[in-house]
Amino acid sequence: MGVEGIGASVVRKEDRRFVTGKGRYVDDIKLVGMTHAYFVRSPHAHAKVKSIDSSAAMKMPGVVGVLTGKEIVDDKIGNLICGWAITSRDGTPMKMGAWPAMAPETVRFVGQAVAVVIAETKNQAHDAAEAVVVNYEELPAAADIRAAIKPGAPQLHPEAPGNVIYDWTLGDEAATDTAFKSAANVVSLDITNNRLVPNAMEPRAAIADYNDAEEHFTLYTTSQNPHVARLVLSAFYNVAQEHKLRVVAPDVGGGFGSKIFIYPEEMVALWASKKVRRPVKWTGDRSEAFLTDAHGRDHLTKAEMAFDASNKIIGLRVKTYANLGAYMSLFSSSVPTYLYATLLSGQYNIPNIFAEVISVYTNTVPVDAYRGAGRPEASFVVERLMETAARQLKVDPAELRRKNFITAFPHQTPVIMAYDIGDFGASLDAALKAIDYSGFPARKDKAKKEGKLRGIGFSCYIEACGIAPSKAVGSLGAGVGLWESAEVRVNPVGTIEILTGSHSHGQGHETTFCQLVAERLGVPISQVQIVHGDTDKVQFGMGTYGSRSAAVGLTAILKAMEKVESKARKIAAHQLEASEDDIVIENGAFKVTGTDKSIALPMVALAAYTAHNLPDGMEPGLKEGAFYDPTNFTFPAGAYICELEVDAGTGKTGFVNFVAADDFGRLINPMIVEGQVHGGLAQGIGQALLEGAVYDASGQLVTASFMDYTMPRADDLPSFKLNHTTTLCPGNPLGVKGCGEAGAIGASAAVINAITDAIGNNKLEMPATPDRVWHAIHGNA
Amino acid sequence: MSTVNLTVNGKPVSANVEDRTLLVNLLRDHLNLTGTHVGCDTSQCGACVVHIDGQAVKSCTVLAGQASGANVTTIEGISNGDELHPMQAAFRDNHGLQCGYCTPGMIMSAIDIVNRYGGKLDEDTVRHELEGNICRCTGYHNIVKSVLDAAGRMSVAQAAE
Ligand code: FES
Ligand code: FES
Repeated sequence: MGVEGIGASVVRKEDRRFVTGKGRYVDDIKLVGMTHAYFVRSPHAHAKVKSIDSSAAMKMPGVVGVLTGKEIVDDKIGNLICGWAITSRDGTPMKMGAWPAMAPETVRFVGQAVAVVIAETKNQAHDAAEAVVVNYEELPAAADIRAAIKPGAPQLHPEAPGNVIYDWTLGDEAATDTAFKSAANVVSLDITNNRLVPNAMEPRAAIADYNDAEEHFTLYTTSQNPHVARLVLSAFYNVAQEHKLRVVAPDVGGGFGSKIFIYPEEMVALWASKKVRRPVKWTGDRSEAFLTDAHGRDHLTKAEMAFDASNKIIGLRVKTYANLGAYMSLFSSSVPTYLYATLLSGQYNIPNIFAEVISVYTNTVPVDAYRGAGRPEASFVVERLMETAARQLKVDPAELRRKNFITAFPHQTPVIMAYDIGDFGASLDAALKAIDYSGFPARKDKAKKEGKLRGIGFSCYIEACGIAPSKAVGSLGAGVGLWESAEVRVNPVGTIEILTGSHSHGQGHETTFCQLVAERLGVPISQVQIVHGDTDKVQFGMGTYGSRSAAVGLTAILKAMEKVESKARKIAAHQLEASEDDIVIENGAFKVTGTDKSIALPMVALAAYTAHNLPDGMEPGLKEGAFYDPTNFTFPAGAYICELEVDAGTGKTGFVNFVAADDFGRLINPMIVEGQVHGGLAQGIGQALLEGAVYDASGQLVTASFMDYTMPRADDLPSFKLNHTTTLCPGNPLGVKGCGEAGAIGASAAVINAITDAIGNNKLEMPATPDRVWHAIHGNA
Repeated sequence: MSTVNLTVNGKPVSANVEDRTLLVNLLRDHLNLTGTHVGCDTSQCGACVVHIDGQAVKSCTVLAGQASGANVTTIEGISNGDELHPMQAAFRDNHGLQCGYCTPGMIMSAIDIVNRYGGKLDEDTVRHELEGNICRCTGYHNIVKSVLDAAGRMSVAQAAE
């Protein structure tokens, strides 16, 4: 490893602009003649839109136009779609209700847009939006899963009787039932996986700029995947043609899944820009983010695990209701199905698994992928069951896990996944050592003498990342391929530009991707520039989510690098009058092995572009592209252990120690990897202790600001102790697995397992607020 | 509309703004200092923190008019030419940022914390003092590390003066 190569904790190249305030986020961009949009949103969870009177608003200062849902439908702008088809157990396709970008007739969640005001300033647009008079006829609402599936519940979409979108199963039901019949012990749990608001710190924003002479649109947007946005906006929403639409996602202030999806606001901004023939900017405020960003999680689950007399797992049965909100967001259908049930085997050898997932509509904002997307929910089910089983069977929780670990690879689970590699025992050992597990009983006793309840909780998670290959996801219903593209351009002076279809919104690609180049060519990373996030520059790409950028995106760069190197080697051999096979690349130069003959990369590049002396028949230039489609998912896995104390008097939880031992395969930049784990752990702990989106029975979001929705703050969290174990991923040449979601997937079970251990009551829901913990300790009296 | 005169990053500025204009909007929209961010509408997140007369203040809680006559410093005004402020350098060196959105506010708050506590800072104090700044990316681990590192660098710098 060179100082800037693979495995080096290189300080991030992008940081200088961020620490000096020179980042360029969408809201920082101003265009000449730009107008501002403000949406008129429904205050009701379910209502008919009887009429919209914008006459007073139109007369307000600065107003350029007021546009409504009826007009967007009249202009044949398409409905929003869900891009992953799920088939119910009875063979019928999922029941997708129509979702127009602004509601022409019926609103189905609080915050749904019915009209938009375009004005010279944001304040003027906001003022005028308040003057738009909308006459609603309120309808009864179903604000959560239980309310939506009750007989006689209010119906959201005529397409989906009973509000059921699909009733889907995975696994062998009969075999699983048989296993349960022969079980020596059965452990069961009812689990609520609490609904979360992603809350990337940068609110969503969009600027649309229509050029009527060219009939061309430019969209600046807070997106994790600008190419997918362009594809969907053109192919399905009919807003613009693909070759007449440029989508730019500049610096993006966090995403965590919520900026994957194409939202109504981007569609409306594009359409409105053409209508008013001026650039239109919309920047959401935090209240709009709470009301309209896709939320995450929100499952109700009944789970049972069967054990034989030797405490080996023989079966797992899971029934989950998933709340998808009022409309099906872009990837919503896949999250509680193929991203959830397929991971229910966890790290364990489970011969029989059967899962049933029923997704329902409710009068709430749509729910879609949020950091981990289905995998945190699966991991929580499995790891809560394991801990509960250890208590019920009176065995050590670490030993029960170890006894059931998968130890031979590849391993085919009964729920689609084929784990390629792992060493679950190694990560558990590393975590046990880091937390000094053998010393825990003494620490618990000491705490008890001091009047504190101390507990320890485990979570041995596995996830599937780099969701691929395209053929496999296509066969499961995905509407897109999940490969990645890259282009490597060596400029005539030898500097290098890497074009990637991945998108960085905090992950540090501008540094890690350069490290691959430094590793292979021995050039300093200052000579390399990463280009991403602009459909005019990068031809196509699938963006960043599902911890896919290293495993898929970086491998695509590697493939393009190999092509560039091969051509450069030929040029060097020609220039040096040597055999191509004798050329080695070292420190930015092409050398003839065993001699002192060499030619520096800039000279090779110059030769490629002057083309005065190239091998016969060779095209000039030094630029190559590649598309890479993986052969399998990758399977990062690890063990988290949380030790904490509960104050029985207040119910407050205080961390003593939180250790992680993750196996991400090869680490490109350990510093950045650790940062990803820290952030993921914070979100997992946030789910366990603090966060929860609450709708009241009428469908009002009562946690709609940072005053009501508890975000993890610095003094809510401990410092983390991270460890790494390594099995190299055999599925890609770099051996990388991905690290972006692990923390969020594994952390919450460790925390809840620790609290329930401390208080001696296994019945505790997330978020485990002091109030809930106090009641769990003292009973509900 | 009113005219507001103040000093921003050492330069006198004057702007004619609506009375309801917040300081953060004056900075971002009128002075094009977009390093100061807006992360919420309830004064909870701290993405907008600047210094007014040397003290950390959430610029979304202050009307532009209230800052009249004041000396305002933003994230754009703390480095010495190309040389980063020790807090900026510490955030970079300790990977104290990911998406960068909370970062300007974090850095401005953190400088104020170090100014107030000097060398007496410990982890608990930093965590407690950062309560008004939300970061969704880093889990705060490396932010805390950055602030403690910078506290050391800043006291060395002061001792050298
Ligand atoms: S924008 Fe000022 S505190 Fe959030
Ligand atoms: S670095 Fe993204 S919010 Fe803090």
